[in-house]
Amino acid sequence: MEESHYVIEMENITKAFGTFKANDNVNLKVKKGEIHALLGENGAGKSTLMNILSGLLEPTSGTIRIHGKEVDIANPTIANKLGIGMVHQHFMLIDNFTIAENIILGSEPTNAGVIDRKKALKEITAVSDRYGFKIDPSALISNISVGMQQRVEIIKTLYRGADLLIFDEPTAVLTPQEIEELIEIMHGLVAEGKSIIVITHKLDEIKAVADRCTVIRRGKSIDTVNVADVSPQELADLMVGRSVSFKTPKGPAAPTHPVLKIKDLVVKENRGLDAVKDLTLEVRAGEIVGVAGIDGNGQSELLQAITGMRKVESGTVEINGKDATNNRPREITENSTAHVPEDRQKYGLVLPMTVSENLAIQTYYKAPLSKSGFLNYKSINQHARELIEEFDVRTSSELVPASALSGGNQQKAIIAREIDRDPDLLIVAQPTRGLDVGAIEYIHKRLIEQRDRGKGVLCVSFELDEILNISDRIAVMFDGRIVGIVDPQETNEQELGLLMAGVPLAEARQELSQTVAQEGAGVDE
Amino acid sequence: MNNSSRIKALAVPVVSVLAGLILGAVIMVVSGYSPVEGYQAMLRGAFGRTYNIGEVFRSATPLILTGLGFSVASTAGFFNIGLAGQALAGWISAIWLALTFPDLPKIILVPLCIVIGALAGALWAGIAGFFKAQFGTSEVIVTIMLNYTILYISNHLVRYVLTDNKDATPKISENASLRTEFLRNLSGGSRLNMGLFLALIMIVVIWIFMKKTTVGFEMRAVGMNPFASEYAGMSAKKNIVLAMMISGALAGLGGVVEGLGTFENLYILDAAPAIGFDGMAVSLLGGGNPIGILLSAILFGTLKTGGLKMSSVDIPNEIVDVVVASIIFFIGISFAIRYIMDKFSPKKGEV
Repeated sequence: MEESHYVIEMENITKAFGTFKANDNVNLKVKKGEIHALLGENGAGKSTLMNILSGLLEPTSGTIRIHGKEVDIANPTIANKLGIGMVHQHFMLIDNFTIAENIILGSEPTNAGVIDRKKALKEITAVSDRYGFKIDPSALISNISVGMQQRVEIIKTLYRGADLLIFDEPTAVLTPQEIEELIEIMHGLVAEGKSIIVITHKLDEIKAVADRCTVIRRGKSIDTVNVADVSPQELADLMVGRSVSFKTPKGPAAPTHPVLKIKDLVVKENRGLDAVKDLTLEVRAGEIVGVAGIDGNGQSELLQAITGMRKVESGTVEINGKDATNNRPREITENSTAHVPEDRQKYGLVLPMTVSENLAIQTYYKAPLSKSGFLNYKSINQHARELIEEFDVRTSSELVPASALSGGNQQKAIIAREIDRDPDLLIVAQPTRGLDVGAIEYIHKRLIEQRDRGKGVLCVSFELDEILNISDRIAVMFDGRIVGIVDPQETNEQELGLLMAGVPLAEARQELSQTVAQEGAGVDE
Repeated sequence: MNNSSRIKALAVPVVSVLAGLILGAVIMVVSGYSPVEGYQAMLRGAFGRTYNIGEVFRSATPLILTGLGFSVASTAGFFNIGLAGQALAGWISAIWLALTFPDLPKIILVPLCIVIGALAGALWAGIAGFFKAQFGTSEVIVTIMLNYTILYISNHLVRYVLTDNKDATPKISENASLRTEFLRNLSGGSRLNMGLFLALIMIVVIWIFMKKTTVGFEMRAVGMNPFASEYAGMSAKKNIVLAMMISGALAGLGGVVEGLGTFENLYILDAAPAIGFDGMAVSLLGGGNPIGILLSAILFGTLKTGGLKMSSVDIPNEIVDVVVASIIFFIGISFAIRYIMDKFSPKKGEV
């Protein structure tokens, strides 16, 4: 019967904010025991739909059925009772509470008004054993890894009796190893009869984990497909609504003189330990140097030191032939350098300020944006409209706060602002983190375009695909040092993986050739 | 800002004031007095005669200045709780100067006293700004301590330096006074003085400074996101000290107006001047917006001036103070009122 077939049926859901329809007749049906991916660009309306399902928003029109029965999810408590649990992208955990305390928070088992810790512990252990989570309930949240914290979030929803778990961008903060473990956990959950909706725009993860996939584009549900029947390329095209290329076409680089010279650089991290150790690196005009590495190997500190936001302990930084060691950020920007920071919301933008003011934040003190200390809002807004147009930043107006833009458009705005100054050196950190394929394609094109115009680009990224795609040279960073510089044509993910783990280049190549030889031998037998 | 948030920005202070008036009425009823008579007396006290109206604006004047001072500091991201001390620094310096050179021509002496008073306030606030910028010390603690320091310095100066063991300094000369014949006649003999024009000018100056200049732009950016500001090449340290000094200068001007306009002297105080803390409430009620500050300063002036008249219908001064305080209380918790209004507004959260 139909009723037992679907856990959730959302039919013709429309959610309007004023005249803007965030969801426009969206349909989503999730079968029992399946992993259902919800795919869409930034701002396509995925979060709105899930907020409706979890009771945070009320739909303007449309019906929701759970196990065939029509329901009205007026608030999150009702969603909870209906067995809908959300694993948020940004964890809602209290740092100095233990895992157990966080799990029971808000639904504490009590005994005459006192928290019954024994009972809580027993229930938590029961849940975590059943699904094979390896957790220590007495550990403090502040002492466990991000992957572990996510498990706590999952257990929290299970502890509250969730049958349908919604994962919002679950892999955004995880390491590759943790992603694999998460996928295993998700498979375990559906094996136990739970159903899962996973919000994502990472295509390879959908291929790896999901059974079916509903694609949402500009507020409308486009199609629901069996994941096994489609290729990542087809998914991407469905999502963006046109044919996208994963690999940005580019010609060979024609590097000339060096624009950035780093010599024997030593930089300390916040705790006072050396994060960058005797690092030497050069970026020439007309090339993109990609810095690969696992998060936390000194990449952030390196970029902060180059851009004047962190003190250089020893060594030198030379930009455009001028010594720029320990220059202030303003002096470095004035030295024809642009910087797209790693954390776009913390460093890249002043979120409550308008898009227009944010686009002026590097050049507000110069003509024509200001004159003898007085801002000229006419030309500030004019400048903003030009950049919005040229860089396809999607916003209703240049006068809305930057916080109103989606992540991809915030990043486009920052890139527009930085490239607009026509810098000789472009320093870019995690340029496409959290963005969808359409935006990634666009940003990569822009970076390569800068290279072709004879600019030097230094790009730090944790995404190997990105590094391999856009770099002309790849510098692999491990433990504060560059362990090897390789040509992207002559390397592959395995080799980069070994280098990122600290294996020297010669050894890595030897090891890989041995494995290939062994595999070859294995086939022969 | 869209229309609904604009309405809310207005509705919050209005609801705060109404809630305060209702609580004040309840207190009067409970204590056995008629709230109708009480509030009628308050209105008479504030607007009954031109004299009263003059006094309303007279008492609003320093509050405009300290209110502006608070808003400049909070725009740049910190909480200047030392307005009272900075105002006193301005007050004592202006009085000292006025008493030292009583015979300088008015056209020189008044501007000089104003400038010195503003500088004194700026310096006093700058100390806290410097420590905050250089060592990250909390401006709240430092400015509170500085309130006490200046209080005792000023009391010492009044008693042993400016007078011989007296409780108040002599009156300043006519040449140093902000009062004018014209304003006195206009306002039925009230203490209304040129300070009002100074305050109105500062409203415009500060508005232009914060919204239209590059330095104001930097201060707003630093206040909203110090990390992004530093990234964009602004100096957070410079802006912290500068914003604090401007804030202190405005508070100092508030003190100057009290000294050269309202009282024309300085006396032994048992606490830092009330215009400091009232200025914070004025700024919060006015939403940090110059026009809002002007309006809420006038409201405070009305409450303070009109409150005095309530004792004429036999409501004791203590009850009057409680009524005024309960209105200020609701203004102070306006953020809670905003929260409650959000909760009861029909529309659910926006994107």
